[in-house]
Amino acid sequence: MSVLQLSVFAENKPGALIEMTRLLGEAGVNIRALSLADTADFGILRLIADDPEKAGRVLTDHGYVVRITPVICAEMPDEPGALAHILLTLERAGINIEYTYAFIARHAENAYVVLSVSDCRAAETTLAAAGVGLLTADAAKFGAS
Amino acid sequence: MKKRYFLPDVECIDREELARMQTEKLKKQVRHVYEAVPFYRRKMDDAGVVPDDIRTLGDIVKLPFLSKADLRDAYPFGLLGAPLADCVRIQSTSGTTGKRVVAFYTQKDIDLWEECCARALTAAGVSREDVIQVSYGYGLFTGGAGLHGGAHKVGALTLPMSSGNTERQINFMMDLGATVLCCTPSYAAYLGEALREHGYEPEDIPLKAGIFGAEPWSETMRREIEQALGIKAYDIYGLTEISGPGVAFECAEQNGMHLCCDHFLAEVIDPDSGRVLPPGERGELVLTCLDKEAFPLLRYRTRDITVLDPSPCPCGRTHLRMRRPMGRTDDMLIIRGVNVFPSQIETVLLEMGYPPHYRIVVDRVNHTDTLDVDVEMTAGMFSDRIKDLTEREAALTRALRDMLGITAKVHLVAPKSVERSEGKAVRVIDRRKLV
Repeated sequence: MSVLQLSVFAENKPGALIEMTRLLGEAGVNIRALSLADTADFGILRLIADDPEKAGRVLTDHGYVVRITPVICAEMPDEPGALAHILLTLERAGINIEYTYAFIARHAENAYVVLSVSDCRAAETTLAAAGVGLLTADAAKFGAS
Repeated sequence: MKKRYFLPDVECIDREELARMQTEKLKKQVRHVYEAVPFYRRKMDDAGVVPDDIRTLGDIVKLPFLSKADLRDAYPFGLLGAPLADCVRIQSTSGTTGKRVVAFYTQKDIDLWEECCARALTAAGVSREDVIQVSYGYGLFTGGAGLHGGAHKVGALTLPMSSGNTERQINFMMDLGATVLCCTPSYAAYLGEALREHGYEPEDIPLKAGIFGAEPWSETMRREIEQALGIKAYDIYGLTEISGPGVAFECAEQNGMHLCCDHFLAEVIDPDSGRVLPPGERGELVLTCLDKEAFPLLRYRTRDITVLDPSPCPCGRTHLRMRRPMGRTDDMLIIRGVNVFPSQIETVLLEMGYPPHYRIVVDRVNHTDTLDVDVEMTAGMFSDRIKDLTEREAALTRALRDMLGITAKVHLVAPKSVERSEGKAVRVIDRRKLV
């Protein structure tokens, strides 16, 4: 039940992010969630889009280096303690989290957390067994479960 | 009374007598090399020249040039002019096998080299009363060994500090009252700053003179060092192939460096045609060792661009002077005193699977050379994890340090961000203002 995430290499310089998002907008790609991780030299823009393949193609055509990887997109009630519950479940199962970011869907009561984990399949099984809903790639396209 | 010259009879020798001495030495050396070194014999045979053809100094143009490529072909023992058993030392430049120079020395060669350094020290006003802090690197690098030996010949108290460990350098300098500093100009500038940070004013520092070389520097930098340390700063020139520092050095006039003409014969040539240029014209320096035994290079192309000045010097030395090198005929960079070729960096990048699109940026920040290498990111090496990419940068930094002997800062940059050019790629940006 993983979702495809698009990662883009970006140099740390003014305007880098504007150019990428502009290209995606012109191609009609809608961004559901994004996170930017950076060091002094460069950044990695990670995003969940309604059409990750198309987004990847558009950016590759414009010379960007991209990578599409599966991530877990877990559903949680939009209330205090919800994220802690998910993280604790994974920790007990010995699954490491590489990075994470969260978003709230516009027309749903739920929030979502994107998780890049050491073992995607094990995380899916663990979370499903704990009753945590997982967003599918199709659902991610529409931004609601 | 303080000596003005280390060897007055030699350093102030009559010009005609010097020419006679050089001629005799040259004839003898060419014959010796022809007989003792098969590599040279082949080269001279190919050029159709035999030792008997060398009768005057002007005849030197008949001899073939020796290039760095020849040194590579002859590596490691092919140019030995003395039995290995007679050799007592090697010194070497940094670099890969292809770029590395390994020079051999007999005891006489060491004495000759150290004596040149002693001349340089004496010309800078150094005597046996002085305390000399040698902060050039010791080891294979010629800087430490050369000035150390020269300081002994002068009879000064020598502090064999080697490079680095600035805290200890400052302690010894202040506690033992070092009066002379020998190191690279950038390290001298760095020490000046460190001393100020420790609360020392120039007048608190016991130093009175410094002998700086092994890397390019400018007159502006000289003045800054002189002010920061409260000293007079002298330039020294040399290269491992010929012996090491002391091939040429500044006197108190500081208007060019006197070559040790009794040991080394200097020519300046047009680097493209190989034609010898008249004095005063700018070209590539070519040096011939007149009396070295173990590594007797004849007409070695140094790749350093300079101008020779035969005009008389008010200091009394008759040996002709060369200007501080104004550049190189090859792409060698001197970074923190270490010789670096862009091709070495390229080798590391390609071996580690990086694309041949890179940019080398050399700068001087707070008097210290910086080396930055920008490498383009490719789809194959990209990852969504920061850790993967920073580990890549760290691995490349380690590999470059192993190859070059100095640390480079590696930056991963966006694809196609390194400018492509027609023909020869411009891969090196040297922002240091040195001339």
